[in-house]
Amino acid sequence: MLRYLGKRFLLILPTIFVPLILVFLLLRLSPGDPAGMMLGDQATAEQIAALRNQLGLDQPIWVQFLLWIRGIVTLDLGNSIFFREPVMQIIPRYAGVTILLAVVALALAVLIGVTLGLISAMNRNKPIDRGVVTAAVLGISLPEFWFALLLIFVFAVTLRWFPVAGYNPPTAGLIAFGATIFLPALALGVRQSALMTRMMRSSMLDVLNEPYITTARAQGLPESTVIGRYAMRTAAMPVITVAGLSAGYLLGGAVTIEIIFALPGLGRMLVEAVGRRDYPLVEGGVLTISLVLAVLNLVIDLIYAILDPRIRYQ
Amino acid sequence: MSMTQATSPDRLAGGDEESFVTTNKPVWQRLVANPTAMTSIILLVVLALSAVLAPLLAPGNPLKVSPADRFIPPGAEHFFGTDNLGRDMFNMVLHGGRTSLFVGLVVTAISMSVAVVLGAISGFYRQVDMVLMRIVDGLMAFPGIVLATAAAAIMGPSMSTVITSLSIVLVAPSLRVVRGQVLVVRELQMIEAARSVGVPTLRLFTRYILPAVSSPILVQASFIFSAAVLGEAGLSFIGVGIGPKELSWGNALTEARNYIAQAPWIVLFPGLALMLTILALNLLGDSLRDILDPRLARRR
Amino acid sequence: MTAHISPLAAETVSPGAARKAVLEVENLSLAFRNADGLLPIVTDVSFAIAEGEAVALVGESGCGKSITASAIMGIAPDNAEIGGTITLNGAVISALPPKDRRRLCGRHMGFIFQEPMTALHPTLSIGRQMTDTLRHNLGLSHKDATDRAAELLDRVGIPRARDILRGYVHELSGGMRQRVMIALAISCGPSLIIADEPTTALDVTIQAQVLDLLEDMRRELNLAMLFITHDLEVVGDFCEKAVVMYAGDVVERGFSADIVRSPAHPYARGLIDAVPAHDDGRTRLTPILGTVPPVGQWPEGCRFAPRCGRADAQCRTRPSLERHGVTDARCWHPLEDRP
Repeated sequence: MLRYLGKRFLLILPTIFVPLILVFLLLRLSPGDPAGMMLGDQATAEQIAALRNQLGLDQPIWVQFLLWIRGIVTLDLGNSIFFREPVMQIIPRYAGVTILLAVVALALAVLIGVTLGLISAMNRNKPIDRGVVTAAVLGISLPEFWFALLLIFVFAVTLRWFPVAGYNPPTAGLIAFGATIFLPALALGVRQSALMTRMMRSSMLDVLNEPYITTARAQGLPESTVIGRYAMRTAAMPVITVAGLSAGYLLGGAVTIEIIFALPGLGRMLVEAVGRRDYPLVEGGVLTISLVLAVLNLVIDLIYAILDPRIRYQ
Repeated sequence: MSMTQATSPDRLAGGDEESFVTTNKPVWQRLVANPTAMTSIILLVVLALSAVLAPLLAPGNPLKVSPADRFIPPGAEHFFGTDNLGRDMFNMVLHGGRTSLFVGLVVTAISMSVAVVLGAISGFYRQVDMVLMRIVDGLMAFPGIVLATAAAAIMGPSMSTVITSLSIVLVAPSLRVVRGQVLVVRELQMIEAARSVGVPTLRLFTRYILPAVSSPILVQASFIFSAAVLGEAGLSFIGVGIGPKELSWGNALTEARNYIAQAPWIVLFPGLALMLTILALNLLGDSLRDILDPRLARRR
Repeated sequence: MTAHISPLAAETVSPGAARKAVLEVENLSLAFRNADGLLPIVTDVSFAIAEGEAVALVGESGCGKSITASAIMGIAPDNAEIGGTITLNGAVISALPPKDRRRLCGRHMGFIFQEPMTALHPTLSIGRQMTDTLRHNLGLSHKDATDRAAELLDRVGIPRARDILRGYVHELSGGMRQRVMIALAISCGPSLIIADEPTTALDVTIQAQVLDLLEDMRRELNLAMLFITHDLEVVGDFCEKAVVMYAGDVVERGFSADIVRSPAHPYARGLIDAVPAHDDGRTRLTPILGTVPPVGQWPEGCRFAPRCGRADAQCRTRPSLERHGVTDARCWHPLEDRP
């Protein structure tokens, strides 16, 4: 088992480094100068040069890169050019919000997807199945940010059940938190719900035709066990795959959602940091996202290995 | 123990009515017979025509501000109403569609072409493959929107920036599809035979590989188009897309956010157009997949 | 209309005690309801199985033997309409809705499948699958169920039972998997076992082992067995009685020895003749000419008539199942050459 996870970890490494290198190059090689932007139009050339020196921006590119790698390994990501605070302190504040948002969105998506997919598969070709399939097709085609706006219109503006924007952290109480996270999570997760519904339905339909389901029934086991344990075990696997793939999409989609609902999350922070050429912050942000995705993928691999013993021995 | 040939499987006596029908009808016939495909094609034709004919159907500059006409609800004179700057929404949707569809088309064309070339090379040459696939894997998991945002903020939001960054981001999935198909075809005997006779590699590509790849490419193109339209809209919405001088469905929605309460129609119509386009493209992709390769068709 | 034939179980194998009938199937019919109406699959099937008796349900693919078994167990598809009477240990179970009939499975009826690799769950441990059924049907505690499962595996000849319980189906060989299936089938002490081609997927050497095992189980536990097969050699060796099916009909019924030695129905005769002779390989194979009519395209009257060399005008009406000599046959012109 450990060897399996170790192998998976090695495969994950490019996932972390490739985006990082890409963004690093993109930022450093592009026009626009953070020092100049920070000091404003009035700055003199000497002041700008001094700041650049101070920030290490006048070194050759590969030196900057090595310094930065050293920084990652020693967990010193430098200071944000704009905020003048260590990146390591800034990021967690924002990352927490984004991760929470993505987790709630994923949870909703899995809940809706598995439930509807299951109901749909068990009632194949009956009206409810057709309804669910149609809803899924529409859901996949729904742009999240537009859906967010519609949700705001219906639930926040018209019905006033939820606030229009703003964020209450979980520390402010579950209900207050829930009120500000629900609509954003729903909007973020709608496409994933639709994808999971389709996947669950198709997977379950395949599994229900397998001989081992007939055997389980022939053992006299109650239908709830047959479906709940015997069918779900195998049917769930592709759904978990989709859940894993969703993670990247959710973290990306969070950008627009955070902006719409004014949530202080990583996505919004990144967009603003990029605009300010705040290199350390942007790189820190990208690194965080990559790490989160990598960890998530490992967790998914772990779940696979638990659910399917055949995989452990590969 | 010889028995006479059975004609029907023992256990599956008739309960499952759907079956995988293989037919020898040409693609066009199958396309026309498929209701989903036809609906989506008709929808797309309507959208394309309205985009192309926008200058005729909605003459004038859609971005022209007209303060006297602010917030007029949908009606006979303004089909989709007007927005906070008095601009006619119908005009905006039509003209915005030109941009959105144009970007989608160009991105699809560029990314698919690159994907075909790189995928073919990758499928054929193992060393290239090993390096390339690591890079592609690394890219695929990462949210493209973040990369596109970075690109946009660096090079300034504009149509060319959006097209470039979206094209790069969307190469990866198509590349995989092409590569997978090439790997399959490569093992076929006829390739070995051709090679041993000395057929030049380029001819191999054009004669054998490309036709085999064309079906999945077509299906994939539909989905990529849909993703490109969605991507551009999202990026333009947050201001890192095509930029304020141009008009697309995405940035038509940017301001709309602030006026949801007073004029919900500003939010409704561009978004609806966007969704219908994406829906049509997705449906087209689904039905093409069913038509072109029945083995891939899932149980409906 | 067919006359009501008394169940075979009333006849004894050995003189003296009449054995108790475990399964009695009378005039069983099954049809699928689809958009075009009712599609008959099986018509008017009757047979009985007594305690400790093995009855073979013989026929080619598509004759309806497997679907008959599903109907008995209550696992036929939802759109199947089932007619006739099925009695298990004296209780009429055909009156029960399929869901209730399914509840009898495991506890009163056991089922053995053809392909144990796909018939056992790939990612649940063997032990889990066995304890699930033991706990549900017999109400055992987890510990007791595990002990009993180990006992059962031992009994069917699987070494290191405790280790196997923790293992998975892909770790076992074909013969071992089938033994597990057998253990599973008998685990809750059913009185009837239905085996659907249990040896078809196995190597010949393993086949013999598995059949021996089934034989031992039958004798030890006094099980009634319904053995579904197309392999006549197995029928001859293993089952006392046989029910031959063709295109949804029972065409011959009786002691296997009698059917094999002197069949009355031409189809049965064709099956016997088609078995390759165990000689030097010189004799040519004798096939039955023609093909089985697919479901929905059965001819009027005798369904075998189009392929039968003895058919005439009378065969356009459906014959009833009648006693002809030592077996029951559904034929207007049964074969007469009896010693």
